[in-house]
This record gives sequence, structure tokens and C-alpha cells, in this order.
Amino acid sequence: MASVTMTVNGKSVSADVDPRTLLVQFLREHLRLTGTHVGCDTSQCGACVVHVDGKAVKACTTLAVQAEGCDILTIEGLANGSELHPMQAAFREHHGLQCGYCTPGMIMTAVDMVNRLGHDIDEATIRHELEGNICRCTGYHNIVLAVEAGAKAMGGAGMREAAE
Amino acid sequence: MYAFDYHRPTSLRQAAAMLQKTEDAMIVAGGHTLLPTMKQRLAQPSALIDLGGLSELRGIEKKGRAVVIGAMATHADVAASDVVREAIPALAELAVTIGDPAVRHRGTIGGSVANNDPAADYPAACLGLGATIITNRRKIVAEEFFQGMFDTALDEGEIITKVSFPIPAKAAYAKFRNPASRYALVGVFVMKRGSEIRVAVIGAGSSGVYRWSEAEAALAKRFSPKSLDGMSASADDMNSDIHADSEYRAHLVGVMARRAVQAAVAR
Repeated sequence: MASVTMTVNGKSVSADVDPRTLLVQFLREHLRLTGTHVGCDTSQCGACVVHVDGKAVKACTTLAVQAEGCDILTIEGLANGSELHPMQAAFREHHGLQCGYCTPGMIMTAVDMVNRLGHDIDEATIRHELEGNICRCTGYHNIVLAVEAGAKAMGGAGMREAAE
Repeated sequence: MYAFDYHRPTSLRQAAAMLQKTEDAMIVAGGHTLLPTMKQRLAQPSALIDLGGLSELRGIEKKGRAVVIGAMATHADVAASDVVREAIPALAELAVTIGDPAVRHRGTIGGSVANNDPAADYPAACLGLGATIITNRRKIVAEEFFQGMFDTALDEGEIITKVSFPIPAKAAYAKFRNPASRYALVGVFVMKRGSEIRVAVIGAGSSGVYRWSEAEAALAKRFSPKSLDGMSASADDMNSDIHADSEYRAHLVGVMARRAVQAAVAR
């Protein structure tokens, strides 16, 4: 066993884990934060994307122990109480989901995209940046609309991440 | 994954000592090749020695006429580095074509170089720019470092600390991606520095990255895509698989080389 300490959605957590434990397993099975999904388990689909120290990362290809001392933000940490994060609100408004399985990863990737590239991102950029997130329903059209609107809303709200 | 012990050294010296004394231990950097390999049980290290805590390995700086990149710099770090973008824009552009944004936040240059995947991008940049791979023990020039598919000059217990890239006059990278995996089916890095011309090819050759000497000779006469007109590489030593047969890869080497030269000239 190995001990690990990290901050998840603003709360400090410590645990003894088998070193094999993936970050996504740790979040889902140890912390019961099941909003982060496991899709392909091969770092291709992006359903497991969380932010590690402010950067989008595939939690299925990161060991929990590698996140030692890191600040983790998951989909559960995005909303401000009962108020959805602007990117979440945009996904609801534009129906940026069908089955919803890829949605947490899409939203975490979208927020990371805005953090890096700003609020005014065009469709081509959004589609290119979503390269590592797969929607098996192929519902990309509304996802792209949602990201574009969410990006603008994040600018309007003058916020980067609700959890900060 | 098979079980393993996990160590997180706080200095390079400590990492080297752990690697030396632990049988079948492996270094993990970003883990974006190693962890998938371990998940498939194709690797069974007794222990992982994580370089993630060594901030000393992350720096990017211009040193004389070279850009020196720490082994733990991620692809995103390289792509976003003002130093790299100014001195060797081709290298920043290469980094931004690796994987996807989340992968680029974890994958490292040291890991990519140490793995020497025949479809990775960095080996082409190293050989194409005439880089020197710096380890905790010595300096190894790219020609001697890359020794064939997944094979390098690294000895047991040796750790890459930096990669030093001499700044070129002109350089560019062009790759044809496998549409599914997005790995390089063929990638070509071209470079001109004074009278020195290099054309490094990845993804195509059955022994991994190599220099295409015929193209280099043609470009030495005139550094223009026209110099490569009608040229394609020999299909003899090319990879051949379900994604592309050897003749197609040989053809793509010519096409990508011309595109890279075109981009380098236009810079």
C-alpha cells in the first residue's frame, strides 16, 4: 500500500491505496465521486477527464499516487452549490448531450479549453480541441454549440472555475 | 496491471539510486505509454520510480545556440513555451500534434524519447535537429541514441534529464496521421543549418527513425521542395501493416518531405 494525499474539489483527502489504483478508480470507488466516468480505459475517449492542478488530464491513465499533493477538480466540484457552472448550464440549454455518458469529460475538457484559449473560441477550434473526447451518440453538433455558448458565458460571468 | 511498489524520489540522485538497487524497476514520467502497457500486462515492473516530484527536470531554456528542454517537460509545456516557439517553432508545432490536449498535459519529452516508439514524433525532431540526449551519466548524440524500434542507447539505471536541440536556420515537421490512432503513419522532420541539411523520417522505417540521405543530398544542392520532385523512398525497409503497406509508406515519405520543406522555406 502507498499513502496519498490530495485536494479534491477543495477538500483535503488522504488514503492508503494499492499503487495500481488509477486516479479515476480512486475518485469513483474510494471517494464515491462517480460523476467522472470510465469509457474506454485507454486514454482515448475522454469520459474520465478531470483537472489536475488546473489542467485537463485523463484520470484513467494517471495513478492516484501520481496525484500526490495535487489539486483535483471533478465535475462534482464545478457547480457553485445549486447554481450550475456556466459551461454546465450551456450544455443543458443547448442539449449538448444524448445519453450523457461522455458529458462530464466533455464539460471538464471544455472548461480547460476556455481556461487556455479564452472565451472567444470558434467552431473549428472547439472541434479540434475536442479531439480527445468521444461521443458514441455522435452528438457533436450540440456539444460544439454548448461549448461555444459556455465559453462566452464564462467570460460574461468573469469567472474561471466555480470551485476556485 | 500486475502489482508493483511505488516510489516518489525527491532528487535525481535518489531516483538513480532507487533505480540502481531495485531489480526490474522502471521510471515513470507522464505514464502515457507505460501505464497502458502495464494495463495490458505487457510490462511487469517490480516498482515504479516516479519522476513527477522532480521539478528540476521541467525547465525549458535557451542556452547559447541551443534550446535545452528538461525531460519532464510535457508536450503542452513545449508547445506553449515562448523560448521554443521563438527559437525552434517547428518543435512547438510538432508538440501540439501529439495526442490530444489532455494527453499533452501528461506526456513528456523524456518519456517519448526513452520509449523510441517507431510512430512517435519526438525521435524525428531529435534526429532531424541533431539533438543531444543528456542523461544523469553522459551526453548521447541522437544518431547513437536511437538504435531501432523501442531500442535506445540507455543503459540500465540511466535516466534522461534533458534534451538539447541546436537552433536551426529553418525547420519544419510534416506528418500523415493514422486517422484512427492519430499516431504518425509517416512523419518527416527537415532542417537546414548553414550547409547542414537533415531529413529525419519516423513511422516508416522498420528500424525506427532514420535519416533519408538521398533527400538530404538533393536538398543540399537547393533547399526547395522542387529538389525532391519525383523522389520517393525505397520500400525495402519500410513497415508494412494493416494501416499502410510498405509501398504506400515509401510514397508518403516523399510527400511528407516535400510538405515539410515547403513549410520550412515559407517560414
